[in-house]
Amino acid sequence: MSHASHLLAAGGGGTNLDSIYVQVLYWILAIFAVGAAIAMVCVRRAVHCAVMLAIVMLALAVMYAMQGAPFLAFVQVIVYTGAVLMLFLFVLMLIGVSSADSLVETIRGQRLWAGIAGIFLAVLLILGIGHAAIGSANPATAANGAGNLTGIATLIFTTYVFPFEVTSALLITAALAAMVLAHRERTAPKPTQRELARRRVTSGHVAPEPPPGVYATHDAVDMPALLPDGSTTDRSVSPAIAQRDIELGREPIRSVTADLAAEARIEAARQVEEAAAGGAPGKGRAPGKDER
Amino acid sequence: MSPAYYVFLAVILFVIGGVGVLVRRNAIVIFMCVELMLNACNLAFVAFARMHGNLDGQVVAFFVMVVAAAEVVVGLAILMAIYRARKSASVDDANLLKY
Repeated sequence: MSHASHLLAAGGGGTNLDSIYVQVLYWILAIFAVGAAIAMVCVRRAVHCAVMLAIVMLALAVMYAMQGAPFLAFVQVIVYTGAVLMLFLFVLMLIGVSSADSLVETIRGQRLWAGIAGIFLAVLLILGIGHAAIGSANPATAANGAGNLTGIATLIFTTYVFPFEVTSALLITAALAAMVLAHRERTAPKPTQRELARRRVTSGHVAPEPPPGVYATHDAVDMPALLPDGSTTDRSVSPAIAQRDIELGREPIRSVTADLAAEARIEAARQVEEAAAGGAPGKGRAPGKDER
Repeated sequence: MSPAYYVFLAVILFVIGGVGVLVRRNAIVIFMCVELMLNACNLAFVAFARMHGNLDGQVVAFFVMVVAAAEVVVGLAILMAIYRARKSASVDDANLLKY
């Protein structure tokens, strides 16, 4: 705890104090951030990308705190990691978590050229910044004197008050746009209860869908139900679960047949056992007729 | 720690995000890479704010965050509209204006 406070005091004041803690923390966070960013570009599944992005954002939040911007650090955690990333995950769930990128290149050599362009951009930026004179950190001026939050609030509500008001207009526009874009117009009138009942009767399946099957060794929602005539039906299995079975390479139908065979074997063994036990009283499940 | 360290880290993150935008096909992942680039810019803004010893850079970073949030909201809504129309989030499939 004292280390953390020392660290915040060293870096948090925005001073030029070169504490060993700040340096060690910087390198750890930098390695984490760059590694997670590279992994985000390379990983195929979109959900894993979101997790990697969360790591980068949290590392950057700590870096803001180290650089004397505690307000931005909290906003980063609350707005970015909390809200924006959750929005990403919501949309991912709506669109389908399993949507992985295809590895086929539509443009030939796209990845190679993108990598070359990235290296060129990095060289360009690093050379430009290397030539620029980036001075050492200045000690906080009077603007920061009353505290980071007060200083930012003073700036926002004096110098930057017009951009701040424009920002509110932008946010309202964005909210309205999201509502308009995500709204789905109803093309057909909503079916009434009478229409739903009629549709159900004409479909031929008046009764509810059959529940999943329960077998000798398998009992799960992905097992198709067993109908009275001995056949199975896939109408008891949700399409989402069936899709998952296909993705995992499982075959519930095969385990059903295996299960039915096992059940027949168990039944045959039981009958043999019963026959061997003969007329022993109280042994068999169904008492023989000669006992009465 | 000199602000130059943070600026160089911001450059590296920005470039990685840019390469991601060029390489990836899933529109959501492209959005995430854009977010990474915006975050890198924010890091540079905060570093420069510390270099100059005032808070203007932090205020600009704050505005960048607000604009990024608005952009994400609208972008993801557009993405959902596209997904409803064509059942795909891949940028390769939205090619009606290509020929």
